[in-house]
Amino acid sequence: MQAKDALNYDYSVAKCFTYAAILFGIVGMLIGVVIAYQMAFPELNYLAGEYGTYSRLRPLHTSGVIFGFLLSGIFATWYYVGQRVLKVSMAESPFLMIVGKLHFWLYMILMTIAVVNLFMGIGTSKEYAELEWPLDILVVVVWVLWGFSIFGLVGIRREKTLYISMWYYIATFLGVAMLYLFNNMEVPTYFVAGMGKWYHSVSMYAGSNDAMVQWWYGHNAVAFVFTVPIIAMIYYFLPKESGQPVFSYKLSLLSFWGLMFVYLWAGGHHLIYSTVPDWVQTMGSIFSIVLILPSWGSAINMLLTMKGQWGQLKENPLVKFMVFASTFYMLSTLEGPIQSIKSVNALAHFTDWIPGHVHDGTLGWVGFMTMAALYHMAPRMYKRELYSKKLMESQFWIQTTGIVMYFSSMWIAGITQGMMWRATDQFGNLAYSFIDTVTVLIPYYALRATGGLLYLIGFFMFTYNMYKTMTASKAIESEPQNASPMAA
Amino acid sequence: MFHWLEKNPFFFAVGVFLVIAYAGIVTILPDFMESARPVTGTKPYTVLELAGRHVYIKDSCNACHSQLIRPFKSETDRYGMYSLSGEYAYDRPFLWGSKRTGPDLMRVGNYRTTDWHEYHMLDPISVVPGSIMPAYKHMFKNNADIETAYAEALTVKKVFNVPYDQADMPQLGTYDESKKAVMEQAAAIVADMKSTEVKEAFKRGEIKEIVALIAYLNSLK
Repeated sequence: MQAKDALNYDYSVAKCFTYAAILFGIVGMLIGVVIAYQMAFPELNYLAGEYGTYSRLRPLHTSGVIFGFLLSGIFATWYYVGQRVLKVSMAESPFLMIVGKLHFWLYMILMTIAVVNLFMGIGTSKEYAELEWPLDILVVVVWVLWGFSIFGLVGIRREKTLYISMWYYIATFLGVAMLYLFNNMEVPTYFVAGMGKWYHSVSMYAGSNDAMVQWWYGHNAVAFVFTVPIIAMIYYFLPKESGQPVFSYKLSLLSFWGLMFVYLWAGGHHLIYSTVPDWVQTMGSIFSIVLILPSWGSAINMLLTMKGQWGQLKENPLVKFMVFASTFYMLSTLEGPIQSIKSVNALAHFTDWIPGHVHDGTLGWVGFMTMAALYHMAPRMYKRELYSKKLMESQFWIQTTGIVMYFSSMWIAGITQGMMWRATDQFGNLAYSFIDTVTVLIPYYALRATGGLLYLIGFFMFTYNMYKTMTASKAIESEPQNASPMAA
Repeated sequence: MFHWLEKNPFFFAVGVFLVIAYAGIVTILPDFMESARPVTGTKPYTVLELAGRHVYIKDSCNACHSQLIRPFKSETDRYGMYSLSGEYAYDRPFLWGSKRTGPDLMRVGNYRTTDWHEYHMLDPISVVPGSIMPAYKHMFKNNADIETAYAEALTVKKVFNVPYDQADMPQLGTYDESKKAVMEQAAAIVADMKSTEVKEAFKRGEIKEIVALIAYLNSLK
């Protein structure tokens, strides 16, 4: 890639989404810490009356971090990476500039209404698809605008070959579009019956079918929001920051198409021993195991990209964040398949081991990669060096400690819970009443919440570092080629 | 082959879409009809129960409570007969949940009573010492939304042929007829409750959320 060429990339939309990612990151993670402490100290449920109970806040936490923090992060990186790998500036097309800004503002309006709705308890109950039909329509509009942006930029590109990151962004767009549409099929009741709340709707599917569609969606929302776009990020930012070429093109090809084909089958592992057909459960289980291959393919490709360059981990905290992220991706994509094995699932399902698994993926892989990407973008977007390397180092270790506390406490809690549910005395009677299996977990809940708090503190350090970078850091004259410049 | 594809975004996108759409079709469609068939004896919810179900959803009870009993002895001993697909035929949406912070509620109507629920929702520790569940006092203040529940029942009857208004099934009729049935069902629950607030409101013709919720929980068998 030639630097200092004539192209002036336009980062106005990328900047907007960067602010949104930081804002929703704080909101979503703060609510997460609150609900985590609520499980250890139930009195905390009464801070805001009806609107402060665990059950009202939980969908706000999940939606806040997934669709607030992460989606903003994905959009921010897209509006940065897209132009650069396609070798075309957004400013060359007034149409794409308008689309980008409209995309941002509609997204913000949508998120604001969504937050209010979820506080009020307006929703469909489907996990990660709680929004009612009027907002679903707005989601579709926002998504279509993003599609215009992607394919519009692709349409006017100078670099004819799509870089690996582009494959993953396109897959994110298509995957989420398909999943979201089919899972949110619902009939607005007001228009059939002519009474009741106008925004209420009823699901098109019932019972086991509804469960199957929901977890086909739910699992693959993880695939296409937590995995696919994050791989898009790492394929761009790690080689760029470290100055190393991607280890293997063939491996990236195999991993991409493998991931696309295999991921969608694995939704059934959320429904093992449920009332969906046995063969669907078995398929879900088997394909989850197969999924290790493409997942590790990408992660290993990234680790081998650093071959012979491990010294960079000592010098550059951004490389450390990204290498750590791919390592956590490997851990998480091994843990998931293990939990999908039927006999393990019988123990693990419904326990705290599941949120434990989710969080080593989201905090370690998704969170670290997204923050590293935004760190990398900042000196290029604001023409200033990163404010503090030291702060970044301490952030890394504080957050890493938080993650380890989180997942280790949840592993112990989950397995304890699962074992106690099935424990019997010498006569074959259940050994514990349900409440025994709850009270025993309280120390682990406290530990988990504190792990989450450490991660949140780290996120505040990230926010401060970013803010200082934007406003008070030393200006740089030319764009850095690889390693991001940072003050000690 | 792939080099060609990477220069043709249109065919690339079509290719990706085909590869990802395939699995959904193969896993969801084949048993769709069979999974939609009710078990004999399963009935759709009455309008009051449906209003209670909306309260259950509004306060995300499903974030901590499952409604799915797996076929293990440890589960059937604790919660009763394991779940059958056809028992969920009228559940839109399904409420299986994904986490058991609290116990399963699939058949809670078999072993809990109206007054137990009333105490429990007001102050969980009073009936389950050590409970970490929050109290839901606002359910004693907010009114249940009967109109929306009726609208939903009518919608599923018209659109999905849910067997309301048939022999041995819950009767809907017009909204006024339905409201009468709702009041009757609610009266029985209110009679078993202690809260004067709820009783006073019922005399004025108001049905509190807690009444609807208890009707729903009692119907889970």
